[in-house]
Amino acid sequence: MSPLSVGYSDLAVAAILVVLNAALTWMLDLGLSRIILIAGARAIVQLLLVGMVLKTVFALASPLLISAVALAMFVMASYEISSRQERRFAGAWGYGIGAGTTMLATLLVTAFALLGTLRPVPWYAPEVLIPLLGIILGNVMNGVSVTLNALSTSITRERPAIEARLALGADRYAALKPLQRGALRSGMIPVINQMSAAGVITLPGIMTGQILAGMDAVEAAKYQILLLFLLAGGAGLGALAAVYVATWRITDERDRLRLDRLAPK
Amino acid sequence: MPAREAILEGRVLRRLHVGPIDFALRPGECVSIGGKSGAGKSVLLRMVADLDPHEGDALLDGAACSDMPAPKWRRKVTYVAAESGWWDERVEAHFSSETDFAALFPAVGIPAEAWTWPVARLSTGERQRLALLRALSPENRVLLLDEPTSGLDADNTGLVEALLRRWLAGGTAILLVTHDPEQAIRIASRHLEVRDGRLVEETP
Repeated sequence: MSPLSVGYSDLAVAAILVVLNAALTWMLDLGLSRIILIAGARAIVQLLLVGMVLKTVFALASPLLISAVALAMFVMASYEISSRQERRFAGAWGYGIGAGTTMLATLLVTAFALLGTLRPVPWYAPEVLIPLLGIILGNVMNGVSVTLNALSTSITRERPAIEARLALGADRYAALKPLQRGALRSGMIPVINQMSAAGVITLPGIMTGQILAGMDAVEAAKYQILLLFLLAGGAGLGALAAVYVATWRITDERDRLRLDRLAPK
Repeated sequence: MPAREAILEGRVLRRLHVGPIDFALRPGECVSIGGKSGAGKSVLLRMVADLDPHEGDALLDGAACSDMPAPKWRRKVTYVAAESGWWDERVEAHFSSETDFAALFPAVGIPAEAWTWPVARLSTGERQRLALLRALSPENRVLLLDEPTSGLDADNTGLVEALLRRWLAGGTAILLVTHDPEQAIRIASRHLEVRDGRLVEETP
């Protein structure tokens, strides 16, 4: 079977489902129709625009342009992370901890994939680099933002317990260990679920796309496994770095808990 | 008081609206600290335990807090907060493995088998007393106690005070924040009050 190509008329047919949905909620007076239509319209505009931008970037293959796209992706991811935080660090740290650890983990894992496993020529081939960076960044972003949020909210909540341990002579890392463990677990559960449920409960999106596009199913599975490992590695590394940097920042060298370094609610 | 007699000294301690505060404690001495709510009594104890950033310094036997690792200082100069904190679901996990529960718990009116309980089963008063017990160790030189008996009935208050007297007799000094003037008279030999951010001798 040859890959099934999708034309604009096919998209129009698929859009009927969204319009129908909107019409139904409008008739039932559920107040969702506007939101559904706007979200549908956003998906069309955003994805086609990105498609066109990527097509240009791929065609030009200019390292400068590729770096600019990568940088823009990092900036947006960092903004998303900091806006997901219930209790953000005050000042530049509110943005910096999420941004720094996400960038670190994403760059390391992407470099590892480019140089160690996929080995495209040249190594910065944009058709490989940009989608790879995108999917790793997205997962690291989730891991880091969930972990950071879990850590700062649990530290705020558990303040009496933490200070009791500090007062009895525990150092800051010992006093925060159980909270670090809990936060890391929250951040890692999505990728662990993704790996353990892959193929049994859900057919992962990438594998589905590749099979629909005509790739051999086993080849598609191998691709998916590689990506899952990269994503798990990236999210884990990002979450771990975020936990330690945040722990270091929310305490000081005298082993005190410094909730004053969180931004006021 | 000459400095060499003192076990604990506070020198120009200052944080927020509290300070500058100077004081000295002799071995085996209990000093009570009174004052209105919000006057800064807990702020003062926390400064001495080095739990918040502050100006000034505290000295134990002449050795400055700022010159030793904070955990080491806090094992010697130990703060017990008014609100107890628990970091594990089991009571037992908050005590060292050598703890003799059968001797320790009944001394403050808590059944010995309570060490097997979950923390959630403890009443507020039981938590308060256990938080004090878990803070006691042979390393303690000074105890900084923030209302250790608030909300306890007369019998249990008596048991806690008897326990504190035994520690005082062993040479430990106690800085005791209390709202109860009668308790202050019962176990403290000097009475101070935080007023307008300063530590002053209380005029009875």
